[in-house]
Amino acid sequence: MLLVQKQNQYANTFREATIALPSLCEVSTECCKLVCSAGSWIAKGLIMLTKKIINNGNAAVDEMLEGILAAHPGALRRASDSPRSIVAVDGPRPGKVGLVIGGGSGHEPTFLGFVGKGLADAAAIGNVFASPPPDPIVACAMAASGGAGVLFMYGNYAGDVMNFDMAAEMLAMDDIEVRTVLTTDDVASAPRSKRETRRGVAGNFFIFKAAGAACDLNLSLAECERVARKANDHTYTMGVALSPCSLPQTRRHNFDLGPDEMEIGMGIHGEPGIARGALKPADQIVDDMLDRILDEMSLSRGDRVAVLVNSLGSTPLMELYIMNRRVKQRLDSAGVAIHATWVGYYCTSLEMAGASITLMHLDAELTRMLDHPCNCAMFRVG
Amino acid sequence: MQQITTPQLVKMFDAITDALSADKDRLCALDGAIGDADHGVAMELGFNAVRIALSTIDTSTTEPTTVFNLAAKSFLNAVGASSGPLYATALLRAGAAVKGKALLADSDVVHIVQAMAKGIQERGKAEPGEKTMIDAWQPASRAIETAHADGLDLVQCLEAALSAARDGAEATKTMIATKGRSARLGDRSLGHMDPGAASAVTIIAAIKSALAG
Repeated sequence: MLLVQKQNQYANTFREATIALPSLCEVSTECCKLVCSAGSWIAKGLIMLTKKIINNGNAAVDEMLEGILAAHPGALRRASDSPRSIVAVDGPRPGKVGLVIGGGSGHEPTFLGFVGKGLADAAAIGNVFASPPPDPIVACAMAASGGAGVLFMYGNYAGDVMNFDMAAEMLAMDDIEVRTVLTTDDVASAPRSKRETRRGVAGNFFIFKAAGAACDLNLSLAECERVARKANDHTYTMGVALSPCSLPQTRRHNFDLGPDEMEIGMGIHGEPGIARGALKPADQIVDDMLDRILDEMSLSRGDRVAVLVNSLGSTPLMELYIMNRRVKQRLDSAGVAIHATWVGYYCTSLEMAGASITLMHLDAELTRMLDHPCNCAMFRVG
Repeated sequence: MQQITTPQLVKMFDAITDALSADKDRLCALDGAIGDADHGVAMELGFNAVRIALSTIDTSTTEPTTVFNLAAKSFLNAVGASSGPLYATALLRAGAAVKGKALLADSDVVHIVQAMAKGIQERGKAEPGEKTMIDAWQPASRAIETAHADGLDLVQCLEAALSAARDGAEATKTMIATKGRSARLGDRSLGHMDPGAASAVTIIAAIKSALAG
């Protein structure tokens, strides 16, 4: 601990001294000595890398996939000749719309944990926090296709959009019809007037679930797309981050957050949020998050919601349940009924500390979709 | 005037790979300030895949277009992300710009830089001033076109492109991001150089040192 403090102190001194260098250097040689000494600390590698149980940062994704396939041989398989395309063993079937999801790694169990009967038929796996390229997406679509079309669903990020669009263009040449629904549930990522530009985060879980049920019920591609869009329109997420994560390849923190600070609205790749401030008690944090969500949802007394309290990685279940206690209090006092609650690790950001709250505004159709049975490697209903 | 051969083109890709490896940490740090800190990792990974793919070809029988197409495909499938489709499109367009040629003249290099900039612009749909790699690539494309039209030699043309790319990347510090992941920061992206523009400078510098000595 002391060592870490000392290193941080040196790093800060180095940073400040470097900034001050041009003006100070002319008047003080002490400053230059300081920079050299702090610089040599960094050069000696004394600025610590984060600790991870890995063999090799560049192999992390593929080794994780090997482990997942070893754990769930009855549920998951790889598409032939495409190791980053994970397919549900009993998912795709003739006449059913194929649901293909995907995105960067590091958010487990999103995406591949939601591959299974009644949910997604296949997931394309990218590098950590990076969209998969078109080839594994195409392989997923081929494996998922039952002749009734394929639905692409993924979070709204520029990289994912380009790669999935390229894949859709390639599939069109093979006469596989593809429709795309982007998830945009992150309230913090853009104002309400620009809802379509928001990011997709933990609400993916509800949105994919509803779409997967629609596909499993043999609805047409147009109907599956409609249900998916409605699910997205009814889903709202707010996150809070307490400490950063680090990529396996760099093992350096992806952002700085002071020891007593939190950031409301931070994205699941560490994208800065909308407000940074002192860490507050759980009830106040939940109130702040819920105020922003409820402000957009226009819920009336007697309305029903589904609740997801999700860890971003290292925040433990204890804290999630403390948060959920407050969520229940707030919804009770607003007269909103809770149809179902999920608490746990659904959409993570490696070892980031923090959590998100997602509410899905339910009607009869979405309730039916959520309750529809599914059996995935890391998630089950019914 | 010396023409550029396929082995020289392969060496150019080697130079780009080496330059991005050396620049990895700086690019990750720039990306950490306004994005998710992986840009250096992605660029190194992508061009390493290009290097491996190009190491298998017979340079005595392979045309430049094939080199670019192979580079595009290997980069795309190694990276994905945003830089994958953007640079894959850039490299495919570069290949198309020199189709059918066994050797590349100065004017071909000019067309390659222009085609890359155009490909990135069309795939990413970014406009200048939105704080993306296009803020380095487009000025570079314009500068090399002008320098070539003014009758300057390849070294001077590539110097003009590099200088314009550097100025463009520097200018991204004064821009508010409106495209890509950093767009969500709004004003908080001010003061930071766009990592995609920074890596564009590194790539153009490596092209210059490899082709123009």
